[in-house]
Amino acid sequence: MSLEQRDERGSLRWFLTGMRGILSLPAIILMTSYVGFAAFAVQAGLTRSEAVAMTLGIWALPAQMILVGSMIGGANIAASFLAVTLSSIRMMPMVASIVPEMRTSKTPVWLLLFLSHFIAITSWVFASTRLRDVPREHRVAFFAGFGITLTSTNALIVGISYGIVSQFPPIVAGALFMLTPVYFISSIWASASQPVVRIAFVVGIVLGPILALVVPQFDVLLAGVGGGTCAYLIDRYRRHRQRAVEEGA
Amino acid sequence: MLEEYCTYVLIVVAGFIATDFWRWLGVLAGNRLNEESEALNWVRAVATALVMAVTAKLIVFPTGVLADSPLWLRLAAAGIGFCIFLATGKKVAVGVIVPVAILVAGLFLLEA
Repeated sequence: MSLEQRDERGSLRWFLTGMRGILSLPAIILMTSYVGFAAFAVQAGLTRSEAVAMTLGIWALPAQMILVGSMIGGANIAASFLAVTLSSIRMMPMVASIVPEMRTSKTPVWLLLFLSHFIAITSWVFASTRLRDVPREHRVAFFAGFGITLTSTNALIVGISYGIVSQFPPIVAGALFMLTPVYFISSIWASASQPVVRIAFVVGIVLGPILALVVPQFDVLLAGVGGGTCAYLIDRYRRHRQRAVEEGA
Repeated sequence: MLEEYCTYVLIVVAGFIATDFWRWLGVLAGNRLNEESEALNWVRAVATALVMAVTAKLIVFPTGVLADSPLWLRLAAAGIGFCIFLATGKKVAVGVIVPVAILVAGLFLLEA
């Protein structure tokens, strides 16, 4: 067997390993959220195929909710575009922080552009906590296996649960809703190896709700760019001081 | 028929393009970043702060059924849960189960 063949086999294996991520806790939590989206789509008067097309085409739950909301409100296409695109700006730093970790020097740009579609909050957390344990040359295959499976499974779930599940009982729905934030909190903290990530974690948690009260339209964006920059500067100051102390000693 | 077609145009333009445009920009920006670069440190900080802002908002301003539950209960569930998670060796399962259990117990007690 040539080296190249062996490499392809390895990639297939990593693709399948990524696929298995569909059985992980975050993937299962997300599926329950998409059952909720299907119920919302029924109430809003979307057809089954429209709800599925939205899931496949947008693949970002907040953006989907906003688009459905503006359709109910009868907003025109330009207003809908603006509302959705404002909520999706956050995708840019999320994707930009994953790409350097995922690619090799040989990964073609078109492949990264294609795979970026599957990056949303759940797969961002999955990638930023697990990619480092995958050999670099197989990371693209690993993420593709997970991302593509997660998106298509949820599209399937929307298609199947459309019109069947109207609503979970309130306490179950409450518990399911709470799963998402507490999963993000514990998994991101547990995997934060760099101090800068931990500082940004704390700054983001504090700024998010405060800015939501002060500047509700741009809260997430400001908390991200402003809070992230603060966290970065604090970390840089900390590193410089540490270095100064080490050099002085 | 025409109206149906319009909905799909809306999904493609105001949904797909409005969202993936930022993902593509993210690829183009991220592709220029070196894994050890100072700029990537900043991008990581921005992405993390942003995701945590979204997360905290889910707890403080929830939609749906949790919207009617008291804020102190949600904060206590998340806060106590996180402390127990830190104290018991940072197991993600602990960090997920404990807060949800506190929340459910609280909702039951408040209803009774």
